[in-house]
Amino acid sequence: MSPKTLYDKIWDAHVAHQSDDGTCLLYIDRHLVHEVTSPQAFEGLRMAGRKVRAPEKTIAVPDHNVPTTLDRANASTMTEESRIQVDALDKNAKDFGINYYPVSDVRQGIVHIVGPEQGWTLPGMTVVCGDSHTATHGAFGALAHGIGTSEVEHVLATQTLIQKKSKNMKVEITGKLRPGVTAKDITLSVIGATGTAGGTGYVIEYCGEAIRDLSMEGRMTVCNMAIEGGARAGLIAPDEKTYAYCMGRPHAPKGAAWEAAVSWWKTLYSDDDAHWDKVITLKGEDIAPVVTWGTSPEDVLPITATVPAPSSFKGGKVEAAQRSLDYMGLTAGQKLTDIQIDTVFIGSCTNGRIEDLRAAAAILKGKKVKDGLRAMVVPGSGLVRAQAEEEGIAQIFIDAGFEWRLAGCSMCLAMNPDQLAEGERCASTSNRNFEGRQGYKGRTHLVSPAMAAAAAITGHLTDVREMM
Amino acid sequence: MEKFTHLSGIAAPMPLVNIDTDMIIPKVFLKTIKRSGLGVNLFDEMRYDRQGNEIADFVLNKPAYRQAQIIVAGDNFGCGSSREHAPWALADFGIKAVISTSFADIFYNNCFKNGMLPIVLPQEAIDVLMKDAEKGANARMEVDLEAQTVTTSEGQSFSFEVDAFKKHCLLNGLDDIGLTMENVSAIDDFEARAKIERPWA
Repeated sequence: MSPKTLYDKIWDAHVAHQSDDGTCLLYIDRHLVHEVTSPQAFEGLRMAGRKVRAPEKTIAVPDHNVPTTLDRANASTMTEESRIQVDALDKNAKDFGINYYPVSDVRQGIVHIVGPEQGWTLPGMTVVCGDSHTATHGAFGALAHGIGTSEVEHVLATQTLIQKKSKNMKVEITGKLRPGVTAKDITLSVIGATGTAGGTGYVIEYCGEAIRDLSMEGRMTVCNMAIEGGARAGLIAPDEKTYAYCMGRPHAPKGAAWEAAVSWWKTLYSDDDAHWDKVITLKGEDIAPVVTWGTSPEDVLPITATVPAPSSFKGGKVEAAQRSLDYMGLTAGQKLTDIQIDTVFIGSCTNGRIEDLRAAAAILKGKKVKDGLRAMVVPGSGLVRAQAEEEGIAQIFIDAGFEWRLAGCSMCLAMNPDQLAEGERCASTSNRNFEGRQGYKGRTHLVSPAMAAAAAITGHLTDVREMM
Repeated sequence: MEKFTHLSGIAAPMPLVNIDTDMIIPKVFLKTIKRSGLGVNLFDEMRYDRQGNEIADFVLNKPAYRQAQIIVAGDNFGCGSSREHAPWALADFGIKAVISTSFADIFYNNCFKNGMLPIVLPQEAIDVLMKDAEKGANARMEVDLEAQTVTTSEGQSFSFEVDAFKKHCLLNGLDDIGLTMENVSAIDDFEARAKIERPWA
């Protein structure tokens, strides 16, 4: 047999039908659904008189629109439009008989945090969702990617997707990370190196010692932003850490089924002589804590750097960089650590897991948020929130002056009331710094949870290593 | 789905690179449960000021481009989220084709589901098409999907690649789900096999 990559193996195990031209029907093991990109798909099913083919493999949770304030059980905390969308998901979940975690359920949270937490996401699976950050689930060695609403309808109706295979790209992070450097810094540094279109047409497999050393939470952070680099999906081969994370989760297999699953999962790695269409290698020790300065996730620099001059770029990026600096209110040559911030947001499917909250709390312990600065933590799920409360982390945030919120996507995309005001500048653990992403004319600097905590204390972008 | 065969239309130049889905349709407009009516909010934050007045120098507000059916764009158009609201908004405005050096994967696929053609061409071709688009309303660009060509108002032609299956679906306005249902027995067989081989899935 010819050598295969991990992606090749998962792909081959899921082709239900292949046409002569290579177009495949790829079978989908898990379909995650949220309220924003699904109503039109369910409506399409109704109009055509179709059912959900595999409701037992379909999991829905409202996350994008839901308020994160403690009073959210009160319906008036949602706008009319948001309420209609959440109500539509309630109804669709019931009508079509799919698995559902309503807002009132402690297990509710961001779909990409709930999936792994409940054991829906397992190695070697195909996982899709009408959300680009579905790439997160690749941390388990699952082929996971975002789809549009027409494709959501297609998966609901047929449990397959019409796909052509992507190319294979290997991103290796060798050696050890230095203190203060996290999974977020890895994934941002990779995008900085490849650009936001560098992964277009590829599925990335992240490997190397620095990746193996990461916890499952860290691996999810890395894969989460594969889409920001343009890749269809990001993957990390499963190992003992993966199995340990999955074991005992509500929807993970048990007993003999568990043993059978693990023995298959152990075959899920890229063969030594597998073919790669593109290879990127970064040295773990060369990666610094980074921040973004512009309005594209590729606008990444070490915190010790200065704001770049647009003239230092080439082609269309010159105009884009100038536009970014104008939008962000920054001047070329300015030290990144001199950038004053108004707000800190800790949360999102990128950095809303327990390890992220621990990392931020470790920096915040015994310290206070800078006077006048707005700071909030939005745990990724109700269970993450409960665990943080049990570990005493919640109290550290509260004592420091952070708002301690309920679970949801919140200010990562600001569809709910958690938004930046015009000109407000935020150090954010989320994944996109696009214009208007966190609120109209809001300004976003993407950072790791530890860096966000450091900035909350000083009131400006800060090198977390100086606080350790 | 509406067929796409041949198009002769005004092309709007948008040379900015990395035009993301948040720019194409900001999230405040994702709260709809319908597919229609998003055209008025296409590029909302670039197109209108906070009071809802048109920003005169935004390309689609210029008299020459208000009826544009094609966008010639900078690299990596449609990057960001999976929101199909982006192609819905473009289509609702009247855009039928977008031409760039590259597209984000999910956006690219979403276009085909909505009778819209994304066309990838090299930088040299984009430079020529961008110049042609800058001529305004008197310069109509031609897109021929059957022949896989884009032709400028001056008759300069560029060939583009497109997946044969996607082309077939677009030319005939085929519904994906209907096509897949023709292979439902293959899905049944796969499920039966998977139940034995990977019962935990």
